[in-house]
Amino acid sequence: MKILVPVKRVVDANVKIRVRPDGSGVELANVKMAMNPFDEIAVEEALRLKEAGKASEVVAVSIGPVKTDETIRTALAMGADRGIWVKTDEAGIEPLTVAKLLKKIVEAEGPGLVILGKQAIDDDCNQTGQMLAALLGWPQATFASKVEIGEKTIAVTREIDGGLQTLDLDLPAVLTTDLRLNEPRYASLPNIMKAKKKPIEEKPAAELGVDLAPRLQLLSTTEPAGRTAGIKVGSPAELVDHLKKAGVL
Amino acid sequence: MADHLPTLLFAEHDDASLNPVTARALTAALALGAPVHVLVVGENARPAAEAAAKLAGVAQVLLADGPAYAHRRAEPVAALGVALAGQYGAIAAPSTAFGKSVLPRIAALIDVMQVSDVVAVIAPDTFERPTYAGNAIQRVRATDATKVLTIRTAGFAPATEGGSAPIQPVDEAGAFAGSRFVGEEIATSARPELTAARIIVSGGRAIGSAENFHSVVEPLADALGAAVGASRAAVDAGYAPNDWQVGQTGKVVAPDLYVALGISGAIQHLAGMKDSKVIVAVNKDEEAPIFQVADFGLVGDLFQIVPELTAEIAKAKG
Repeated sequence: MKILVPVKRVVDANVKIRVRPDGSGVELANVKMAMNPFDEIAVEEALRLKEAGKASEVVAVSIGPVKTDETIRTALAMGADRGIWVKTDEAGIEPLTVAKLLKKIVEAEGPGLVILGKQAIDDDCNQTGQMLAALLGWPQATFASKVEIGEKTIAVTREIDGGLQTLDLDLPAVLTTDLRLNEPRYASLPNIMKAKKKPIEEKPAAELGVDLAPRLQLLSTTEPAGRTAGIKVGSPAELVDHLKKAGVL
Repeated sequence: MADHLPTLLFAEHDDASLNPVTARALTAALALGAPVHVLVVGENARPAAEAAAKLAGVAQVLLADGPAYAHRRAEPVAALGVALAGQYGAIAAPSTAFGKSVLPRIAALIDVMQVSDVVAVIAPDTFERPTYAGNAIQRVRATDATKVLTIRTAGFAPATEGGSAPIQPVDEAGAFAGSRFVGEEIATSARPELTAARIIVSGGRAIGSAENFHSVVEPLADALGAAVGASRAAVDAGYAPNDWQVGQTGKVVAPDLYVALGISGAIQHLAGMKDSKVIVAVNKDEEAPIFQVADFGLVGDLFQIVPELTAEIAKAKG
């Protein structure tokens, strides 16, 4: 069974982003980029399934403009077998469009499982996996924290409000990862070197027959209302006095 | 034409009762300006539907009740949403695990780009939503005829009770055989629920163990009548269950009072609580970023401070 892992290039999680003063968006020039952390968890889970003999091949796919291949290369350095780069002119392709492009890739590749991050830490949409599952007519399990794969089915424990839920899905299926599914490995130097020789197939998005036009018009991007630091108090008793005055007790 | 169509709001509930986030999402749905129909999907869910009918402003409650909808698996619920979608100008749900799982599935099937985590309704087609862990707020206009929205409920006041909407049964649509419910571990607690609580006490990695959560964090929460939350670090370390996590990828809360114990204040955590009305931080590191957003800070050993604070609160409440 082949596993397809879509990965996204985003601003590194440790970077403090800056909103452009003209409100046109977030400053992306000269900012450190990385693979979306939830996608790293997705790659790791796919690799573990392969190492356990449950999968034959792990294919990483990413959609984006120049340098998107760096993110695919990161997945290859972790251990994915090969990559697919759906090339676009711009970054910021909407989840609905991404899901339609991924559907084309799924139809061409025929994976038994697609594992995605539950959300990207840039647009925080939390949509692509569910949309892909819908377009394929496949079952889905979002927010996976544990995966047990069988012959024709997969049992997935999900993090839901109030606790955990376990679903049994027929394969093929779509999973999205939550934080506690695994701890992704670091790529070793020899594997980074090896990854340079692994193939990345390039497919222009325009050739996949999907309308790339956005459906949401971005009117403005602003910084949230700031909070200013308050005061330090000397004792719990003093704190309780302040809280009483603030009317929150 | 879609402007004149009503809005369909998915209720968040557990069949037996309506989750309070529904009343908050209703406020956002009403801001679209069209009549709101609340859809209650489940098995033996009439009690939740009756609670929804009492919310002021609800024009109608739709009750889809049957074994196909037990545990609200995303696939059959989305099929129902798709079957109903043509009659509605907007489809909305609170940004809960349920809403997040179901709505994108509906959106894709009706070819609509969803607006996730709406924090403000500017116009029936224009919304604000947080990106980058809440560090950049986007204002977007949705150009699709039908709007599909998940609502970040912390930012909306709950609709009041006082309504008496009719409850209309809806036929089953879309059985789905490809997934099966196996089991659930849902914590039951006498404490208020995190997303609905007026006061939240959260613990970080510095709490040190699950036992300390029990012996230090929980007594303060109980003295305050508060819900208990945790940072990602505390959850990852196994000190607290996953559904207590507050932050960018956990729950987003905005209570009247948020008490952060031993939480340093990573931006991912701040994203989940910085809209709280009053923030209190207890931390031994006076440089901790949490103090930059806290209204009241106490620097020191939380294992000494928190029991004292718990006693002071108990005294104040007398």
